[in-house]
Order: sequence, then structure tokens, then C-alpha cells
Amino acid sequence: MPPPTTLYDKIIDRHRVCRLNDLSGPGERLLLYVDRTVLNEYTSPQAFNALRDAGRPVWRPRAAIGVVDHVNSTAPDRIGPVADVHAQQQIDYFARNARDFGFEMFDVFHALQGIEHVVLPDLGWVLPGMVFAAGDSHTTTYGAFGSVGFGIGTSDIEHLLATQCLPYTRLKTMRVTVQGAMPLGTSAKDMVMAVIRQIGAAGAHGHALEFAGDAVRALGIEGRMTLCNMAVECGARVALIAPDAVVLAAIAGRSRAPGTAMLMQGWETWRELASDPDARFDREVVLDAAAIAPMVTWGTSPDQALPITGAVPDPAVLPAPMQADATRALAYMGLVPGTPLSAIPIDRAFIGSCTNGRLSDLRDAARVLDGRKVAPGVRAMIAPGSSTVRREAEAEGLDRIFTAAGFEWRQSGCSMCLAMNDDVLAPGERCASSTNRNFEGRQGSGGRTHLMSPAMVAAAAVAGHLADVRELVP
Amino acid sequence: MSAGFTRLTAPAAVLAGANIDTDVIMPKQFLKGIDRAGLARGLFHDLRFGADETPDPVFVLNRPDKAGCRILLTGPNFGCGSSREHAVWGMLQYGIRAVIGTTFGAIFADNARNNGLLLVSLEPEALAALMAASDGGELTIDLEAQEIAAGGMTVPFAIEPSLRRAIMLGLDRIGETLLLADRIKAFEADYFASAPWLLDDAQR
Repeated sequence: MPPPTTLYDKIIDRHRVCRLNDLSGPGERLLLYVDRTVLNEYTSPQAFNALRDAGRPVWRPRAAIGVVDHVNSTAPDRIGPVADVHAQQQIDYFARNARDFGFEMFDVFHALQGIEHVVLPDLGWVLPGMVFAAGDSHTTTYGAFGSVGFGIGTSDIEHLLATQCLPYTRLKTMRVTVQGAMPLGTSAKDMVMAVIRQIGAAGAHGHALEFAGDAVRALGIEGRMTLCNMAVECGARVALIAPDAVVLAAIAGRSRAPGTAMLMQGWETWRELASDPDARFDREVVLDAAAIAPMVTWGTSPDQALPITGAVPDPAVLPAPMQADATRALAYMGLVPGTPLSAIPIDRAFIGSCTNGRLSDLRDAARVLDGRKVAPGVRAMIAPGSSTVRREAEAEGLDRIFTAAGFEWRQSGCSMCLAMNDDVLAPGERCASSTNRNFEGRQGSGGRTHLMSPAMVAAAAVAGHLADVRELVP
Repeated sequence: MSAGFTRLTAPAAVLAGANIDTDVIMPKQFLKGIDRAGLARGLFHDLRFGADETPDPVFVLNRPDKAGCRILLTGPNFGCGSSREHAVWGMLQYGIRAVIGTTFGAIFADNARNNGLLLVSLEPEALAALMAASDGGELTIDLEAQEIAAGGMTVPFAIEPSLRRAIMLGLDRIGETLLLADRIKAFEADYFASAPWLLDDAQR
């Protein structure tokens, strides 16, 4: 009988073309077969340059889909080229590479355009048991489908395109179990922010992280995507949730999903995609879901976070190794220790990103915003995760709730999550944001980011300061 | 891929602090190219330069004694965040050949490996001692002996053998994988036969 095995190791074993060293377990070097990838306009161009220089074709062009998402405008009436000539050059070169190397690409004006990690699930193109590698760190999102997804740099994009494989080092495994029921007013975003706060920004370094427990099982597919997406912010290279009927339902009927007969044949094998009961993880962490409250970040690293009911911490009372970083973070954020988090005023509110730009995220925000107005002096924006999500939201009338409240209803793209387009914070501006990174300068040089759930962003936009959404929506 | 090296002696600079992310190493305004050029200017841009684009004399790499710096000593989780390989390209274009820390962002570490930027992971105590011994001075990294020497002290380090070889020789990794093309094709034949629902895509 084979030894008990984790879900991660089962998927890696199934994709091992050959071993590259004599180790087994963590540290094993192997040639890993990659099922599919998604390409974007900003991390891929140098990979195609190098392929051209070497005269190498793409091994399996149909294993790649390209999406323009990082540099494009999200203006509601976007037409024609983007104003930044360098960004437009990236878009044009991307289109040329799609033509020359034979992969499908959704340009800015395509009906299926959107953020890569929202578009692929929209299509039903992410299936359990697969390996995805892509030139974006948030490729961990696909763990929601029971698929190993991880981010790679441009040299590895080139390697993957040329060979459909990557030389790979097997990771250690870690399981985070969230037990119990999540309280009202909290979401998957609060769950993952609580995990990151507890284990730290490097807490899962070197590990593939499997999420388990009834609170995780209770999440819908979009909440699971939020959870796996942001696991990279605690250093996890891979995040996974064992696939179940929720996943099957999320795939069935999508435009690029297998047909019913094939899907059911796949389902027979996907049901075995779970860690064996006695499988040993290198690390285990358990959280109590009932203790999780709506979270916000106060610093410049995603682990510098607290429940909204807390106050800006005094660096002097933090553990010694964290003090210098906290002091620097508070100086950058312009915050004074002891200030209640709910007293921090904001200038901007942003809802969107591959973490929280999906339909359920927009519904959460709309529930808060229905019949309310954005506070005077706050500029509030929503950039839906994909053009598909945008249409679905409009079909439900969510856009009318947003615009009536005073939010800008924009087109899709990464937008102000990383501000590579013209959606940027001015120096010193403070933003409540449903995104994934509060790094210095992330949303614009000198900009100050507070991460939180979409519902919490909506609450902050209405209040004009960080606010506890539980006081607005019972 | 940079030319390989076995031994490196150069001025080192200390960039303390945890979680120095790739947004800080290479800010977004330097990510708009379709080639790898011009990234030395972008390295730590918002820390190195003021709003008027003049060098900030307080930032460590702008200190006169750090001219010719080739080695950085950093805090934990250096290179976390975005996958942008521009961070590694910028470091190499600036002249950085090695980073000594405790842990590194995983994608950053792969990118470093693919470009011949050496990352050395030490225990926190050894790193702290090295930071104290090397600040303001030179440091020597010997890949053959797997030792770092600075200010009269020597610290051993571990490195995965294939990585050490790649840094020393500078290898064509894609060429090495393509030598296994027949194995890859055999794998694909078996794989798609056992998972025909994937063929919808493979034959799309």
C-alpha cells in the first residue's frame, strides 16, 4: 500500500516527467509538466524576445491564453490606444507574439478581457489536479479548484513556453485548518488576513499550503479563490483546497470547460484529490473561525494587520524583531500609535483586483452601499475583475447601486491594485482597498494603502474613515 | 544569464529590515519595457532618489564608500511579493552579484537562479555577525569553499549543488531541458491518454 500522501504531493507526482536529483520529499528536483499557463503583457515580452533570439517555437501554444490586464485603462469609455506609449507598446507587442507564436489572446477590447486570474475561472479553464505556472505571483488562486498554481518570473515563462516543463524543487507541506463558522460580517478576505497576521509574511515560506476545516469547506468557489490568491502574501508558493462538488459546479457549463461526459469522467478521478487521512504535513496551524473579525492593515506589509476594533499599535510593545519595521511602517503610513483604526480618515476607496473583484465581492459591497452615499471628499472606484463579471453585475443591477452611491463603475483590469495604469494614488493619499498588497508605493509613490474586504471598503467609503461593516449591515 | 563566478570580493552594503518586496526593489514605472534595458536606474528607485530625482545621500547605496557595491546583506523574506523578474535584472545591471540574507521570496529566488544572481541563506545569528563585521568594508564569497569572509571572520554556508554549479558556470537551462524532449513527449502521450478531458484543450 502506498504511504499516506498529501494532495500537493499527489499532484506533483502525477506531473513528474523525470527526477533531476536523488532526493525524495522536500528538496527533490524534478522536471515538472505544466498543464496550462496564462500570459500578460508586462511579464511576458522578454520571454518572447529570447525565444525569437534562440529560434525556439512554443511547445504547445494551445496551453496558453494571453490577457491584457496590468497596463490598460479602466476608464468607463475606454477606446483607442492607452495614453502611455510604453504601455501601448507592450500591448502591441503582446498581440504580435500571439499571432507569431499561435496562442489565443484577449486584448483590451475583447468581451472576455479581464484580470488573468478572474478570466481563467470565468472560462472554466482551471480544472482540478492540474499544474498551472504563470508570470504573476497570484497564480496561487487556482488552488481553489484543487489545482497547483504558482507564480514564475520571465525566464521561467520562456522555459515553460519552450518545453511545457519547468525544473522544479518539491516544496514542504503545511496545513492551515480553520475550524468552526465564520461570524456574520466576515469573509474569506478576513480569514486569509487573519492567517497572514498569525503566521507572518514569510510564515509559509518554502511550503505548499493546504487549507482545510469546515470554515474553508463552507466557502463558495470565489471565497476559496480569495483565500488561495492571498496565501502568497504569507510566503506560500502554492495554495490548495481539496476539490469537491462546489468546484464541479463552478466549472460545469463554462465556455471552455469539458463537456458533460468528459467532466464526469474527470470527476471520478478528482474525487481522489485529497490528502490521505494519515498524511503528514511538515507544519500544521489551526485557527478558530469564530474568533475572526473584520481585518484591516495598518502598516506596509500584509501581516501588519488587526481587527477593525483595534488601535494603531505602539512599536515599543511589539516583539523586538518587529519594532524597527513597525516604526518605519507607521512613519510611511502617517499614523500615530494608539489611534483607533476606525478613526483613520480615507481619501480613496478601491474595490477590485484578482483577490476581490468577482461577482460575490461586488454583491457584498452592494449590500453595504444600497441606499447609502460615499462620504464627501472620498473618491471611490470599482474595477470589476473581468468584463464578464462587469456584465453579470450589470444584469443584476449592481452598477446602479454603485453609481447611485457615488462610486465610479469602471472597466476591468488590475487597475489600482498595483497602479501600472493611470489609476494611481497621489503622494500621501490614503486608500481603503480590497486588494492584496500594502507595500510602500504599491498604489502610487507615497500612497498609503489599507487592505480589507470589499464590504469593509464600502463601509469605509460611506463613513469617510475606516469603519466596522458590522455596524452598517447586521 | 550572467557569466558565472567562483569567488567574489567586493564592497557590501547592509539593507536591514524584513520583507523588502519587489515593488520596492523595482517600482512599477520601470516595468513598461519590452526588453530588459534601463533597469539599473530603477533599482530601489524610490529609496535612492528624492522626488526631484536627485540621489538621497542617506540611502546606503549612495554613500561614497559603497560605490562599486556588489553584495547586499538583507533582512528576512527579501524579494517577497510580485513575480517581476525586473527586480533581479535591475540588481545585476546595477552591479549586484550576490545577496546574503536569511530567507528570500520564492519567485525572486527562482528568478535569481535563472539569471546567475547568488542568494545565500544564513542563520539569523550568523547574518547579524556578518552585518556587523562587514559594514563599511569588503566581503568575500567563495563558492568553491562555501564560505563568506569579512572583517576577520569566516562564515560557512550551504547551497544546493545544482544551483552552485549554475552560478559558477552559467548554464543554458532551457537547452538542458530540451535534451529531455523525448521524455516529455512520452509523458504527454501517457498523460493525455489517462486524462482525456484535457484533450479538449490540447486539440482545441
